[in-house]
Amino acid sequence: MIEEQFATGESFVHGLDPRIKIFVAILFSVVVAVSSNFLALLPALGVSLFLIALTRLSVRKVSYRLLLVNGLILFLWLLLPFTYKGETLFTIGPLVGTKEGVLYASRITVKCNTILLAMIALLATTPIFTLGHAMSKLCVPDKIIHLFLFTYRYIHVIFQEYHRLINAMRIRGFTPRTNIHTYKSYAYLVGMLLVRSYDRAERIHRAMLCRGFNGKYYTLSRFSVNIGDVLYLSLMLAAILGLVFLQWRATG
Amino acid sequence: MESNRLIIDLRDISFSYSEEKLVLDHMSFHLHHGDRIGLVGPNGSGKTTLLHIIMGLLRPSSGRVELFGKPANKEKDFRAARRKIGLLFQDADDQLFSPTVLEDVVFGPLNLGKSPEEARDSALKTLARLDLSGFENRITYRLSGGEKRLVSLATVLAMDPEVLLLDEPTNGLDEDTEERITDILKGLNLSCIFISHNLDFLSKTTDRIYAMANGKISLDEALVPHPHIHAHEFGRLPHEHKS
Repeated sequence: MIEEQFATGESFVHGLDPRIKIFVAILFSVVVAVSSNFLALLPALGVSLFLIALTRLSVRKVSYRLLLVNGLILFLWLLLPFTYKGETLFTIGPLVGTKEGVLYASRITVKCNTILLAMIALLATTPIFTLGHAMSKLCVPDKIIHLFLFTYRYIHVIFQEYHRLINAMRIRGFTPRTNIHTYKSYAYLVGMLLVRSYDRAERIHRAMLCRGFNGKYYTLSRFSVNIGDVLYLSLMLAAILGLVFLQWRATG
Repeated sequence: MESNRLIIDLRDISFSYSEEKLVLDHMSFHLHHGDRIGLVGPNGSGKTTLLHIIMGLLRPSSGRVELFGKPANKEKDFRAARRKIGLLFQDADDQLFSPTVLEDVVFGPLNLGKSPEEARDSALKTLARLDLSGFENRITYRLSGGEKRLVSLATVLAMDPEVLLLDEPTNGLDEDTEERITDILKGLNLSCIFISHNLDFLSKTTDRIYAMANGKISLDEALVPHPHIHAHEFGRLPHEHKS
């Protein structure tokens, strides 16, 4: 289940205006994603680490999250150095590792971790519901926000439904094997989940209509910008501009 | 004639989900101001369908719906009526869609056009009335089954409805929670229709019980519940009296 384990906290970052956090997170990620030079990427990683430090989250929990993503990146390291054309750096038996491949893989690694850290520092420190409200204040279309919030709310319910179905299969002696019976049963399971989710969506919509829903989502939260928010925003804008400048100087 | 005002007036309603069978078969039904009606009937007899037709969630294939003295045909008519009629769904997970209890309870009042402060106020009051103070920031999907039911009742009551429609409110609840809900409902001064298989619950909370079968509704005079107060040993335990 989705646990918002970083969402609550007492740090300065937790108290920032979520609109500013979303804005900074998007701008920062885009800049990092399009940067290609290490002279810009390494300072960006530094910025991310600084942002994380500001949140005062548990180092162990944050590292654990990074570990999950870096597990996927490991596969890139297994493939990229040997499939990318360029100057030979090392050889393992018949396999030739290229310098360009290694650089490419390291660039992806740095970018991923930088963006992920920034997302943890900025978005994970905001409760999902607050994020939704902040998005609506930032003029994101209502439909996208509803989709976002409802996905969050009902993943748990669908997950429970999945467990009910899986258990119902298990208590009647179902063990997955590589055969048609297994595939067919899984197909039924997925189909049933889809149908049930659809039905549930229908019922939820009706329940909302009964409580006067008319397509618009009102919220309790009011956001206000204070001096800390302004400081944070200016600092981050300066840092992002600095990164753009570094990247531009390195390539231009 | 406030007490006799006709609130819900269904005439000659038919409805079917498929071609083979009419779920409601030219059925008529009235609810006057102050009526407390219980509905019993076998599964599939159209009890839930009836409530959904009253709310305009389903449209009958024939017949007339009048709510608060006005004919209701279009979504717009029902929208106005839904502000005054509260419906509690069978499954609380359908009703509670916000992450926190408070967000969910204020949803209705905010839709009615209240300001965030007023909505928060009425939500907190409703929660306190149902003995749920301190639940505001609980996560809805982590509530127990009984708590979910009580909170969904709060979401409906927070809108201050004139009429309350409950679809099997005691289904799957333990005795304590059932008693709690019964006490709350007994104390409400609303017109209501309660669907339940639990006759004991209906006899405590309603004045009249209708039976539904074969798409029709019947008022069986023999089924009018009436309380007796008497005392004897082991009276707390469930028991029957032979006449």
